[in-house]
Amino acid sequence: MVKKEQTVGLVETKYFTFAEPPHEMPLEFGGKLGPITLAYETYGTLNADKSNAILILHALSADAHAAGYHRGDKNPGWWDPMIGPGKPFDTNRYFVICSNVIGGCKGSTGPSSINPKTGKPYALSFPGITIGDMVRAQRYLIDFLGIEKLFCVAGGSMGGMQVLQWVASYPDRVRAAIPIATTLKHSPQQIAFNEVVRQSIMSDPAWRNGEYYEYGQPERGLALARMIGHITFMSDKSMEEKFSRRLKNGNYNFNFGVDFEVESYLRYKGDAFVKRFDANSYLYITKAMDYFDLSGGRLIPPGRRVDTRFLVISFKSDWLYPSYQSQEIVRELKMRFVDATYCELRSTYGHDAFLVELDEMKEIIRHFLDKTYSGADVLRVYEI
Amino acid sequence: MKSNTRLDHRIIFDIVDPGSRVLDLGCGNGDLIYLLARDKNAKVQGIELSDEAIYECVKKGLSVFNSDIESGLVEYPDQSFDYVILNQSMQEVTKVDFIIQEALRVGRKVIVGFPNFAHITARLRLFFQGKAPMTKALPYRWYDTPNVRCLSITDFRDFCREKDIRILEAFYLGETAVIKFWPNLLALNAIFVLTK
Repeated sequence: MVKKEQTVGLVETKYFTFAEPPHEMPLEFGGKLGPITLAYETYGTLNADKSNAILILHALSADAHAAGYHRGDKNPGWWDPMIGPGKPFDTNRYFVICSNVIGGCKGSTGPSSINPKTGKPYALSFPGITIGDMVRAQRYLIDFLGIEKLFCVAGGSMGGMQVLQWVASYPDRVRAAIPIATTLKHSPQQIAFNEVVRQSIMSDPAWRNGEYYEYGQPERGLALARMIGHITFMSDKSMEEKFSRRLKNGNYNFNFGVDFEVESYLRYKGDAFVKRFDANSYLYITKAMDYFDLSGGRLIPPGRRVDTRFLVISFKSDWLYPSYQSQEIVRELKMRFVDATYCELRSTYGHDAFLVELDEMKEIIRHFLDKTYSGADVLRVYEI
Repeated sequence: MKSNTRLDHRIIFDIVDPGSRVLDLGCGNGDLIYLLARDKNAKVQGIELSDEAIYECVKKGLSVFNSDIESGLVEYPDQSFDYVILNQSMQEVTKVDFIIQEALRVGRKVIVGFPNFAHITARLRLFFQGKAPMTKALPYRWYDTPNVRCLSITDFRDFCREKDIRILEAFYLGETAVIKFWPNLLALNAIFVLTK
C-alpha cells in the first residue's frame, strides 16, 4: 500500500524573540546574546499531549523553510521530499518544526542583524557561537511551543551535528534521533576546507573586515567560497554523470572564460549564493562547525542513561563526511548501550545525497519513525 | 512461535534464556532476533551487511548495524551480551578464529550454526561423481557459493579442542528434525553452544 504523498501547501515563516536584556542567553565560549530572534516554520498539528513533535535541523546554508511553498515561489522548501502528508516526516501524523540557526541570515539573529545597542549590523562584533549555542536557542523555541519531549530530531550534515548536540545537551527531551551524513567531530580535512572557504571571503577587499553592509557583499570572495563548497558536496561520479566533459559553447575558447559545463555550474551556484547568503554568517557558521567535537564521551556523559533511539545514516559516495565518521557515532552509542541502527546507503550523489530525493532513505526513516512512534513489540530499553 | 519456523531458528530459540541480551552476527532479515525479542523478551541487536536485509530489520522495529561482522564487533565491551549468535554466517568469513574469539569476548555464550560439509550426500557426490559437495544445506555451486570455509562437524570439534573452547551443547540437524546418531555423516547442519 503506497500512500499518496502531498505537499504541505502554502506556508509562512514565523518569528520568536526571546532573551531580551537583561536575560540574555549565555554562550558556550563565554559572553551572551540577546535579544535573539528565531525564524521558524511548522507543518502539521501538535497533538493534545504534545508527543508528536519533530524538530528538523538544517545544514550550513539552509533556513527555516523546509517544506511547502512561500507565496509566489516556484520551488518548495529545502527538504520538501521528506516532509508533508504521506511523506516520511508525515504531517498527517507529526508536528514538524524547523528553525533557522542563530548566526544565520535567514531571519534568525546573526552578524547581519541590527545590534539594538548600536543601531548597526553586528558584523564582527557578533559573539562567537557554537553548535551548542544553536541548540540552546532552539530549546527556548521548543519551550515556548510547550513541548517537553521531542518525538524526533533529524538533520543532515551540520543539521546532524545539531541532532547529536540535542542528545548531548538535553538527553531526556529526545525520543528518537536521526543524524545523517555527519560526524562526532570535525576532522582536519573538514576544517581545512572550511578555512579555505573563509580565506576566500576574507581575502576579498570588499569584505572590509566584515564591515561591508553599507557597501554590499564581498561578492567575489563569497562566490568563490561557495564554488569550493559545491565541489566537496558532490562526488567524482556524480560530477561525471552531471557534466562529464561537456562544453558550454561547443568549443575551447582559450580565454579563461567558461569552457566546460562544470565551470558554468560552479559559477552559477557561486553567483546565486551571493544573492541569498551573508558572507559573515558563512564565517561564523563554518567556525561553529569546526569547533564541534562531541568525541571522548561528550556525546553521552559518563553515568548518564539515554533512552533515545538512534537511526544513523551515511552515504557510500560522501567523501566530505565519510561513512567511518557515522560508524564512530554508532560505536560511541553502542559502548554506552544506546539503541542504535546504522545504515550506509548506496548513492552516487556524494554529500548532497541527503538533500536529493532518495527512496531508500525515505523508506528507512518512514519505518523507523513509525515503529518508534507506535511502539513496536520488539522495542526494549537496553539496560547496562 | 509458528510451526513453519525454520528448524535452526527453533533450536536457537529454545537455547536462549528469557530476557537475555543477544547479538546476532549476520542477522539477515531479522526473523530470529525478532522472535527472540517478541516471545522471549530478549534485548536484541543485529549486524548485517546486506542493505535490503537491513531495511527488513528496520521495518520490524529492530536495531541493526549495517556492516560486515569482522569490523562490527570491536566496539563492544567485554561480556556485553549473554549470547552472540553466528548462525550460517561463520562459514562466510575468512578470519573465523578472530570472529569466534571476539564473539567469546563480547558474549558469555556463543551459538554457532553451520552446514556440515561431510554429510553423506556430499561424500557420495565427491566419491562417485568426483564433484564438489552440494547438499540441501549447501545448495550452491562451486562458482557462486558465498562460503569461504568448508568444514565438517568433526573439524569444528577439533578446532574447539585446539583453541580451548568449551562446547556446552551440540545439536545436529537433519532435514526436518534433530538427529542423534553419526552426526558427521548424517547431519546437514550443526548448532554448537560455546563458552570460554
